[in-house]
Amino acid sequence: MHMPTSDTMTINLLAANGRQARHNRQHFDAWGLFCINVMSSPGAGKTVLLEQTLRALHDNHGMAVLEGDMTTQLDAQRLAGLGVPVIPITTGRVCHLDAAMVSTGLQLLQQQCDPASLDLLWVENVGNLVCPAEFAIGEHCKLALLSVTEGDDKPLKYPVMFREADCVLITKIDLLPHVPADLGRMGHHIRQINPHCGVFPVSGLTGAGLGDWLAWLGQRLPAKDHHHHQGAPRTPVV
Amino acid sequence: MHEVDMTRYLLQALEDWREQHPVQPHVGTVHLLVGEFTCVEPGQLRLSFAAAVEDTWLAGARLSIVSVPLVGECLVCGNSYRPDPTCGYASPCCGHPLETILSGRELKIHRIDYSRPRICGPPAQPPLAPGQPTPPFPDPSHAHAHQ
Repeated sequence: MHMPTSDTMTINLLAANGRQARHNRQHFDAWGLFCINVMSSPGAGKTVLLEQTLRALHDNHGMAVLEGDMTTQLDAQRLAGLGVPVIPITTGRVCHLDAAMVSTGLQLLQQQCDPASLDLLWVENVGNLVCPAEFAIGEHCKLALLSVTEGDDKPLKYPVMFREADCVLITKIDLLPHVPADLGRMGHHIRQINPHCGVFPVSGLTGAGLGDWLAWLGQRLPAKDHHHHQGAPRTPVV
Repeated sequence: MHEVDMTRYLLQALEDWREQHPVQPHVGTVHLLVGEFTCVEPGQLRLSFAAAVEDTWLAGARLSIVSVPLVGECLVCGNSYRPDPTCGYASPCCGHPLETILSGRELKIHRIDYSRPRICGPPAQPPLAPGQPTPPFPDPSHAHAHQ
C-alpha cells in the first residue's frame, strides 16, 4: 500500500552547479584570483580579444586562461604562444562550460603553476549566445562580446546573456564601414536590458577602443597582496 | 540543447531529495517553475527528462512545467509591467530600461508528488520521562510481518 503525498519546496534546478560554482569562487578568493567568464556567439572575436588583452596586461599581471571549445584545441594553441598557462577544456557535445568543468580545469592549472601567484583567470566559454548565460562557474565578472556583423537586434533576441553581463564589448568595429550596423542602436538595445553594464566598442584587429575596456577592467581588479598569497598553502581543488 | 544538461542537474537534485527519505518514494509528478526570461525550452526539457528517467528509480515520473511570466518594475513610476522585446523591454509608461525583474528568472523545483510505502508497525511509544527505566526489547518471536 502506498500513501500519496507531496513535498512543496523551492530548490533551484541548477542547485548542484551553483554549489560547485560557489566552491570554485572560494578557491578564486583564497588565491586572490579575479575570474572573468568570456562569452559570445561563435566568431564574435573572443580569442582575438584575449590575445590583445593578454598582450596589454602581460607585463603587470600574472594570468592564465581556461579555454573552452566543443572540439579541437585550436584556440588554446593560439593563446599558448603568449607565454601564459592555457588549459584547454574540450566539452564534446556540451555547448557551454559549467562549474564542474572549470573545477577540472583548475586542477590541471595547479599542475602547471601556483594559482595564488596569478591575478587574473580568463575563462573563454564555448561560442554560444544562449546556454553559457545560465551556468555560473564562480566568476567575478561576466563579459559578453557582440560583433557588429551580428546585427543590432541581437541583444533583444538573446536578452538573458546581455542581462547577465557585467560588461559588453561591441567587437569588430573596424568593419563598420562595410556592414549595416548602427553602433548607437546596438548600445541602446544592450542598455535597455541592462542599464548599468559597461558597453565599449572595440576592434581586436586595430586595437581601437581597447584602452577604454582595459580601464574599466582595471577599476574592478582588486589590489593583490602577492606576499600574502604566495605564502598561503596550496589548496587542492576538489 | 542544454536541456539535456539541465535534466542532469534536475536528476541530481531529485537524488538529493530522495536521500532524505528512509524508504524509496515513488515519484508521480515533478512540478517545475520555469521563468520566461530563462534559456530553457519546456518542450525540450520534458523530452529530455522522459528519456533520462527510463529504467531508473524515477521511471514513469512526469514533468509538469509552469511558465512564470517576465514581470519588471519601473523605477520611475513604480508600476510593474510585462516587458516586451519589440519595445526593447522598456517600461511602457516611461520608456525606462528594464531595471528590476520581479519574476521570470525562476528555474525551480516547486513540488514533488509521490507516494511512499505505508509503514505498518506497533504504535509509537510516548517519550520516556526523565529517570524512567528503559523498557526491555520486545520478544522477537512475537513480531509479525506486515505488508
